[in-house]
Amino acid sequence: MALGSLFIIAISAIFINNFVLIKFLGICPFMGVSKKLDSALGMGGAVIFVMTIASAVTWSVQKYVLDKHGLQYLQTIVFIVVIASLVQFIEMFLQKSIPDLYKALGIFLPLITTNCAILGVTIMNITEKYSFIGAVVNGLSAGIGFTLALVMMAGIREKLELADVPAALKGVPITFITASLMSLAFMGFSGMKIG
Amino acid sequence: MSLKHKMKNFFRRILDWFIPVGKRSAKELSKGLVKENPTLVMLLGLCPTLAVTSSAQNGLGMGLATLFVLLGSNIVISLIKKAVPGKVRIPIFIVVIATFVTIIQFVMEGFFPDLNRSLGLFIPLIVVNCIILGRAEAFASKNNIYYSILDAIGMGLGFTLALVLIGSIREILGANKIFGMDLVPGYEPMGLFILPPGAFLTMGLIIAVINKLKQGKKD
Repeated sequence: MALGSLFIIAISAIFINNFVLIKFLGICPFMGVSKKLDSALGMGGAVIFVMTIASAVTWSVQKYVLDKHGLQYLQTIVFIVVIASLVQFIEMFLQKSIPDLYKALGIFLPLITTNCAILGVTIMNITEKYSFIGAVVNGLSAGIGFTLALVMMAGIREKLELADVPAALKGVPITFITASLMSLAFMGFSGMKIG
Repeated sequence: MSLKHKMKNFFRRILDWFIPVGKRSAKELSKGLVKENPTLVMLLGLCPTLAVTSSAQNGLGMGLATLFVLLGSNIVISLIKKAVPGKVRIPIFIVVIATFVTIIQFVMEGFFPDLNRSLGLFIPLIVVNCIILGRAEAFASKNNIYYSILDAIGMGLGFTLALVLIGSIREILGANKIFGMDLVPGYEPMGLFILPPGAFLTMGLIIAVINKLKQGKKD
């Protein structure tokens, strides 16, 4: 696949169709883990890591197992099982071989199985008919886009703690309204013409 | 003891059994609608809530699809709860849920192709809707099948109601329509509300109103 089309996939997944702010995937961690910058970075790192590997693995499973044997209807079940076991496997692998990384990402890994962004990106790879490299790049960039939104949100929320917010808007509502403004800003990218 | 007395005792016994069961049934059924509404109060399942509510009809479709999966998974999980080893219960629950999601995927593709197209990716993503796994873990794996069914119906309807509410607000403000029908002629709709930022804004404002109502109750 040409480098240009990979670039388009990447820019599109990070900015134009940002996973959180435009496609609404992974809202739960976006709301839950965006209180502190440190934990936002940890969660983002874990998501990038898992998304990239999950994209590669599920793409191969789809191509060499499901498509080959005409089992496409099992896609949802197989993908969720693959992702759940993959997350478990990555957790064990990191714990044994890269304990530093495990310390940074460890507590976020179990949360990732039910993060709809992961299942979302793997299904998208198939419906958009990406090649293997395309799928991996899409997974990586979707993770970067997620991290970008999460880290920006955490930065804003840390400042928001000090702001004088009306009582009824405190906490979740003001976070949603902030997200709305960020989403508005990201919609500006949809006018961008690339390729 | 006279016959009249015996009859009276008999009916009292039936009532003694029936009243607590009836009360509990009403509670399990109604808690999901308002008090423990999964979307608006517990803030679960936010991804589909925000993504598919660009119209009331999409919200209704998504809500009913989720209700079906929730009902199926609650029934099966409450039936197999004794056979499931505690350590691997989550993967087993997820596979049960994924099975029902696959069924609803086929039903949508076959009977509602238009709705299926507009809900798109979010039909398979019902698998990772935290409401369903949450009810499996918190309710169906601890209660019998009868209450699990009531719980699923209540929670599913609560989710559907919330989605239709948000969808209606967005559709009225953003497209000047409700369930696809035109409303006020000559009114220029605020297109922002059917776009992604409108979803976040509507959700934030609804939760703010709920917070305000809660505070009013406390005072």
